[in-house]
Amino acid sequence: MQLTNIESIPGKTIVEHYGLVQGSSIRAKHVGRDFAAGLKNLVGGELRGYTELLQESRAQAIERMKLQAIELGANAIVNVRFATSSVAAGASEMMVYGTAVLVE
Amino acid sequence: MEHSLSTGIQLSLSFIFILLGWAVGKKRESRHCRDINRREQAFRNLPVVTTKHLHDERPVERAHLVHGSVVIAVDAFKVFTSSLRKLVGGEMRGYAPLLDRARREAILRLIESAPDADLFLNLRIETSKISGSAQKMGSVEAIAYATAIRFSASPANDAISS
Repeated sequence: MQLTNIESIPGKTIVEHYGLVQGSSIRAKHVGRDFAAGLKNLVGGELRGYTELLQESRAQAIERMKLQAIELGANAIVNVRFATSSVAAGASEMMVYGTAVLVE
Repeated sequence: MEHSLSTGIQLSLSFIFILLGWAVGKKRESRHCRDINRREQAFRNLPVVTTKHLHDERPVERAHLVHGSVVIAVDAFKVFTSSLRKLVGGEMRGYAPLLDRARREAILRLIESAPDADLFLNLRIETSKISGSAQKMGSVEAIAYATAIRFSASPANDAISS
């Protein structure tokens, strides 16, 4: 499965379009991580725990999108976009969407 | 009496936090800025563009989506100075370097995740708030994503064939 965020796959031609595919994942932080983050909020700096959490969440959203594309018979997804929104205090949704295509 | 005592404790605690944020936060920020500057120097000649079209005739070996992200927390001193700023309005100078650091760090992580890429097309940056409340700024996440392009012929091979 090849992914790009441009309209084509360079060096290949798109022979068929399957339409929109998407994946999303909502994750909450656990209390321990939130406590450590509270301390970090005093002195600044990177919140490694949150960075990892959001990366895992995004990776899962991408996996779900890929599964949808595989079911359609696609071998690539073009024009992929990411979107993040906080749906509740302490939880955020990662969404990823793109166009499933068949390339040769 | 008891009430004013607890208010006093709260006030002095906030003061300590703000002082801590100023002393430690400033140091950490300048250290991070130096680190970013140093790492950016290494990729000075690598094109990272926001356009979608590849104006290059060389055959492409690989094109794939890459991304980099980071969550950076705000310090207590910045929260304090920005609450003062909100009274009179105007630019919040404290937050600009915070967001700038987050975005540049995200771009650097994106580049570092694809060490064999020759070019990055269609770079997009997104920033979102992941904690805090409507009144108070918390930490911010920056994500950068792009399509990494790897050409199959290296420039050295091109020179020989032409």
